[in-house]
Amino acid sequence: MGLKSWIEAPAARVAGSNRSVANLVRGAVTRLTTPLLPDDYLHLVNPLWSARELRGRIVEVRPETVDSATLVIRPGWGFDFGYQPGQYVGIGLHVDGRWHWRSYSLTSAPNIDNKLISITVKAMPEGFLSSHLVNGVPAGTIVRLAAPTGNFALPEPPPAKMLFLTAGSGITPVMSMLRTMDRRGDLPDVVHVHSAPTQNDVMFGDELARLQAEHSSLRCHIRHTRTGGKFALASLDEVCPDWRERQTWACGPLGMLDEIEEMWDREGITDRLHLERFAVSRADLSGAGGTVTFAKSGKVIEVDGATTLLEAGEKAGALMPFGCRMGICQTCVVPLASGHAVDLRSGKEHAEGERIQTCISAAAGDCTLEA
Amino acid sequence: MAITNITEFAHLTDSDIEALGRELDAIRRDVEESRGLRDARYIRRTIRLQRSLELAGRLVLFGSRRRPAWIAGTVLLSFAKCIENMELGHNVMHGQWDWMNDPEIHSTTWEWDQTGPSEHWKRAHNYSHHTYTNIVGMDDDVGFGILRMTRDEKWRPINLLQPIANVILAAAFEWGIALHDLEAQLRLEGDDRQRWNSKPKKEFAVKIARQVGKDFVLFPLLTGPAWKHTLAANATANLARNLWTYAVIFCGHFPDGAEKFTVDQFENETRAQWYLRQMLGSANIDAGPVMAFMTGNLCYQIEHHLFPDLPSNRYAEIAVRVRSLCEKYDLPYTTGPLSRQYLLALRTVHKLALPDKLLLRTADDAPETSSERKFAGTGAKIAEALRIDTDTGRRRGLLSALRDHKAARSRRLMRQS
Repeated sequence: MGLKSWIEAPAARVAGSNRSVANLVRGAVTRLTTPLLPDDYLHLVNPLWSARELRGRIVEVRPETVDSATLVIRPGWGFDFGYQPGQYVGIGLHVDGRWHWRSYSLTSAPNIDNKLISITVKAMPEGFLSSHLVNGVPAGTIVRLAAPTGNFALPEPPPAKMLFLTAGSGITPVMSMLRTMDRRGDLPDVVHVHSAPTQNDVMFGDELARLQAEHSSLRCHIRHTRTGGKFALASLDEVCPDWRERQTWACGPLGMLDEIEEMWDREGITDRLHLERFAVSRADLSGAGGTVTFAKSGKVIEVDGATTLLEAGEKAGALMPFGCRMGICQTCVVPLASGHAVDLRSGKEHAEGERIQTCISAAAGDCTLEA
Repeated sequence: MAITNITEFAHLTDSDIEALGRELDAIRRDVEESRGLRDARYIRRTIRLQRSLELAGRLVLFGSRRRPAWIAGTVLLSFAKCIENMELGHNVMHGQWDWMNDPEIHSTTWEWDQTGPSEHWKRAHNYSHHTYTNIVGMDDDVGFGILRMTRDEKWRPINLLQPIANVILAAAFEWGIALHDLEAQLRLEGDDRQRWNSKPKKEFAVKIARQVGKDFVLFPLLTGPAWKHTLAANATANLARNLWTYAVIFCGHFPDGAEKFTVDQFENETRAQWYLRQMLGSANIDAGPVMAFMTGNLCYQIEHHLFPDLPSNRYAEIAVRVRSLCEKYDLPYTTGPLSRQYLLALRTVHKLALPDKLLLRTADDAPETSSERKFAGTGAKIAEALRIDTDTGRRRGLLSALRDHKAARSRRLMRQS
């Protein structure tokens, strides 16, 4: 181990730890603040002065449509602005003492200069957090962030011909792509087919119009489904005759994506299709269990709703931490990477991003554990 | 011999114990459902207070060549370290704040300001101690393998040194805990004792180097000419924290009335009996809000052992309900002022340094350890009697039995004299 990495070692786990000057200082000061990080003291002064966990402050909440809003966020230390347009971030919001996590597509174009990012959230009727974000979050609120991620992204350089198929809030990742290309002043041949119930429901309607006016290479087809009916894929030949040759990005309701996938499959061009499925997986509380994946070992097992995740892991041969087996000692706590689990004692649901006690939790539908 | 049959000892029927278990489950559920903003604010304020105290203490110690500054800095740092250890470290690592889903206040990520690594401690304490509470031979916290705290353990000549061992343990409590936890970790990982560079030993060494380096090298160096005073202040703060945590732990587990159990009792235990074992095995300290805070709410040791993962700031209200359950089922609720609880523990330390033949009472009927057999002589009638008092309609359980047993004993002693 070199001297530099020795000094940095105690701070190695903070976000953005590849940025070395800050981490050199952080690592050196940690010798004095151990077992804490200097960040633990600094964020008492300013909540953004912490890279132990990525944080951000909402600087503006801008309504887009009746039921959607754009949140402009200033991330704190350690955030990587080099994300790809189309990627999503995890955002944690504090409600009633508890942090809730969701993922949303970034709608901003990557921009290191202004150090701001934005996400656009549509309030879902049953989505407690999305409604809270659209209607209840004041500017100034501190949020937690998870680093941008996802494969649904604009390649570098962008292909010469592209097709975007979006509906509803499925436009959000594509918006980031369009804004990025617009910012560079180099927008290739793009056809964008977007559906929304009415004119008022179209997110970024004005901006789309402006982009189209400024770039002759962009063609937008906006479909108002309440009056015009659903966009029929069969009519794609009329709107965009060369769709088979284009790289296509599609994002929207699951039914629409399934249809698209099928059609591209029939044509044998699935290598030109990029899909983003938004639909939040819901907990299966029927007690039927599900398929549990153990990410570290790659083991997979099918279990019923009465088998604890700890037992499931042991059956599957995954290396699981265990302790009291009665839910008191916290030895078996592991992060739930995706899906849902249910606490067998209280019936309480746990969702993606939470850490769960595997000895008293069972699968509520398919889920993945980081163990 | 310690309690082998908790149902018989408690003077309760199986269905009574099941009912008691359901009432305790209801308390858990009520607290779980009502956790919210108020609680989150409490822990965040506590963290803020602790860090401010520590920071202030460290700053004041830069002037530690002056006596008032030395005293002020040492006191601030001592308070900071006590709070860090009890209300923060101990409770966060129990998962009491995991429900907040905050990665920074979570049992899986917390590291504390003590020589032993958190991971080792969680294993030995959360798992071994809280699962096998007070089972002689399974819970290594009964005397921490150093002291003989129950007559169930055979007397050995080395026990004569117990009064000294006790003082050393108190002064170096964090080191005692760290070694005790390392031992548990080594046993768990089936470690080869000859290997000096195994994973647990390396983790242990790194943690010690950081802790000792910070308090005894770096901070003294930083204060330059005042280094000797700063060193002394840091050592004093650590000593104060050690003595305090030692006292709180001893008062929670070793006063008379905190019962011990046998492996037999554990083997076929139900969930409700587990609850009962926690209730009978722990002891509280009478405390006001400030003292409760400084003990990390472990003045509510009974409540903590019943619900180790519920937020500490709720133990006070839980205690009211647990106490009324004890009255309802006529069970003892062992509590007393700190001084009394500590003197009782101290009495046991000194008394059990002596061989059994110098002691009057048996392992079935001693102040620090009893078993269901204690009632065989004096209290047989109570154990077999109807368990509801026909006059008052009140339950006649363990508490009444203990009272009658004591009265019968003193009557007998009077007759003999």
